[in-house]
Amino acid sequence: MLKTKALIRLTFLGCAIAWMVMVFSDITVLFSDIKGLDPDVPGWLPRVMLDLYILCLFYYFKFRIERDESLNFTDLLWKVFATGLVMTVISLAVRFLGFLLGNTPLPANVLYRDFIYQIDLALFISFLIAAFTSWKRLILYQKSKWLIRLWRIFEISLLVVLLYDSVLSSVSEGLMTFTYIIIGLMVLVLSANMKWVAYLNFRQKWTSLLLLLLVFFYLGYFFYSVSTQSAFLITQSKAFLSFDGHIFNLVLVIFVIVYSSFSFLVILFNLPTSSVFEQKLEEVVNYQRISQSIQTEQNEESVYKILLESSVSSVFADAAWLEIKGEGSEFKTYTFQITEKESVDIRKHLNQHQVKGVLDQSSDKTRNLSKFLESLKGTRFRSIMSFPVIVKGESIGTLALLKELPEAFTKEMTRIVSTFANQAGISIENFRLMGEAFQNERYKEELKIAKMVQRSLLPQRLEQDADFEVAAFSESADEVGGDYYDTIRVNDHQVAIIIADVSGKGTTAAFHMSQMKGIFHSLAQQELDPKEFMVRANQALVYCLERGSFISATYFVINTRDKVIRYSRAGHCPVLYFKQATGELSYLKDKGTALGMIRSRDYCNFVETNEVSYAKGDIMVLYTDGITEAKGMRGEEFGSDRLAEAVREQVTQPPKEIEQHIIKKLYEFSGSEDINDDYTSMIVKFR
Amino acid sequence: MVHIKRIQEEGADIIAIIGEIDASSSIELDLTIAKSVGEGFHKILVDCTALEYISSAGLGVFMSYIEEFKDKQIHMVLFGLKEKVANTFSILGLADLLQIQSTKAEARKLIDELSV
Repeated sequence: MLKTKALIRLTFLGCAIAWMVMVFSDITVLFSDIKGLDPDVPGWLPRVMLDLYILCLFYYFKFRIERDESLNFTDLLWKVFATGLVMTVISLAVRFLGFLLGNTPLPANVLYRDFIYQIDLALFISFLIAAFTSWKRLILYQKSKWLIRLWRIFEISLLVVLLYDSVLSSVSEGLMTFTYIIIGLMVLVLSANMKWVAYLNFRQKWTSLLLLLLVFFYLGYFFYSVSTQSAFLITQSKAFLSFDGHIFNLVLVIFVIVYSSFSFLVILFNLPTSSVFEQKLEEVVNYQRISQSIQTEQNEESVYKILLESSVSSVFADAAWLEIKGEGSEFKTYTFQITEKESVDIRKHLNQHQVKGVLDQSSDKTRNLSKFLESLKGTRFRSIMSFPVIVKGESIGTLALLKELPEAFTKEMTRIVSTFANQAGISIENFRLMGEAFQNERYKEELKIAKMVQRSLLPQRLEQDADFEVAAFSESADEVGGDYYDTIRVNDHQVAIIIADVSGKGTTAAFHMSQMKGIFHSLAQQELDPKEFMVRANQALVYCLERGSFISATYFVINTRDKVIRYSRAGHCPVLYFKQATGELSYLKDKGTALGMIRSRDYCNFVETNEVSYAKGDIMVLYTDGITEAKGMRGEEFGSDRLAEAVREQVTQPPKEIEQHIIKKLYEFSGSEDINDDYTSMIVKFR
Repeated sequence: MVHIKRIQEEGADIIAIIGEIDASSSIELDLTIAKSVGEGFHKILVDCTALEYISSAGLGVFMSYIEEFKDKQIHMVLFGLKEKVANTFSILGLADLLQIQSTKAEARKLIDELSV
């Protein structure tokens, strides 16, 4: 940035120096010529200095205008206009000064006239170069390779002409004309590049026209001023280089005039169609708004509003409504410049005329219904068209646009609005998908919490006794299961044990599990008979469990004084019992209905207390159906036989070892590490 | 996956369950039974010959109707249970609560007796 600034200053300084040297050398040459003296400075100096001035100016504007990315089209025109204004004001000021001098001999002096001429020329050239640089940017807007090449050739030709001017070696008339024709053709071809005009809006076009008109004025003023002065001076001295003689300047003037005229005409003729371009642009913007509404924090409602607004503004509709099928079968209507009553009237009228598949939800056609409106009295509208809003192949609503003029909708409008409606449909679909994703995420989060709760409900520590050793493990699938086990010491010779399985999964299962834990901890303390425990638990659960939910459980009380286990089974998997004395391993099948299944006092008829005596080395295996129902690779179940077999293999081992063995067998059987149910087991070994 | 069919035969509604009943498909079973009750049937036969598996949620469905059936004097008889399914019923103690027969003819006979 600093570099550019420095360059601008440097080139400006170059301009000033070149100009001053030129003015003084020129005046010296002129003076010498008039007086018939030999000039002290070489005759070519002013011309070379002029070239230097022009080159410096070229680079000055190159840095000022060409490199400035922030300028738009009207800004460029404005720069040219402003430069012209400054130059004209300076030129007029100088003239005014001459006028003030009145009839004094100075204004009539040839040298003074030359000085004035040099000032005007310098101003004129700087204005031309400014215009040249700006036009270059306009021409090269949306450039092609070919165009850049042409422009480079054009610039080089100008440089050649400039050099030729300073050398002024005579060239044949034919070659001159040929050069003029070639440059003229290039100017014409370059002037045909007017793409920027299309991007101006209506207001900008008017501004540009005005600015161009003023540019013409400056051009005219300077051309007249410079030409007349040059014409006068040429009569005074042979050494004077007339303006006409400087081919470069002429070419520059021609280029600036031609391009300005072309631009002026093109803008003028583009004025009537500019509203169409603006409309197209607005359509694009509207389309973007609909498609981007998903990214910004908006909701479905805002998409509907944008759809309605965009459609209305794109086709200049006088009124519109958007009817959307909401949750359930409710309809929500968004209206624009029309009352809901009016829209209902129109819908009724169309229905009466049996215009099927038009405004109803199932319609997938976009139709122009104008002819049906003619017969409706009391409405100001004479044209109507409607579009379905489709989400996932299903119409969720109807967009209707109305106009007061008959037959006012064109094919083009139909196409645009149908695009809008489609895009809106896509946006809505995306919204819904996103909503579902959020919902899923929330559900997962909920499950995580439930799983945590469930984990915390399982005991950290199990009751141990001199008479027995207990080991337990529980593992659940991704979903939260409802397996529960616990132990509690009732008194010095009694320990209560429970294993339960809550039907269902997820948060409700975890919730019921916590209820079961509460019931276990409060009832077990009361030294109840196992059957009584179940009856009371059932009574308590009836009020907590919803219809269809139940809990299967087995409750044990181990009496170490009498060496007996008293237990009651309520719909839970039968206990696997190993008797060391006989080597018998069997399931204890007995009566018992799950808790919550019978919600009356009759429940006491469906459970019973059973009693088993235990001896050293006996093993009791409690488990949930997740283990016996675990699926193998071919879809067969692990089953009670495989479980019994696994236990038999390890009867001499402590409970922890037996447990590990069961888990190992289970994973071997299912053939994968991921489980699809809850595995819970509790092993009690007596000693 | 489950497929449930309903056939009306001599005043009885026969609900045939084909496939597996788990937590999600149990809703379908619930709806079917509710529909049958809503249509005023007093004799409901459940054909379990093609029922491969039933989860606790599925059992919960049958269970949840027990009291309603008692109040409305509706009788339901299940028949053709596979051994594995029957075992699930018996472990949970539902075998004592529900009427279960091995063949359709037996089920038919039982329900006619009960409805008298």
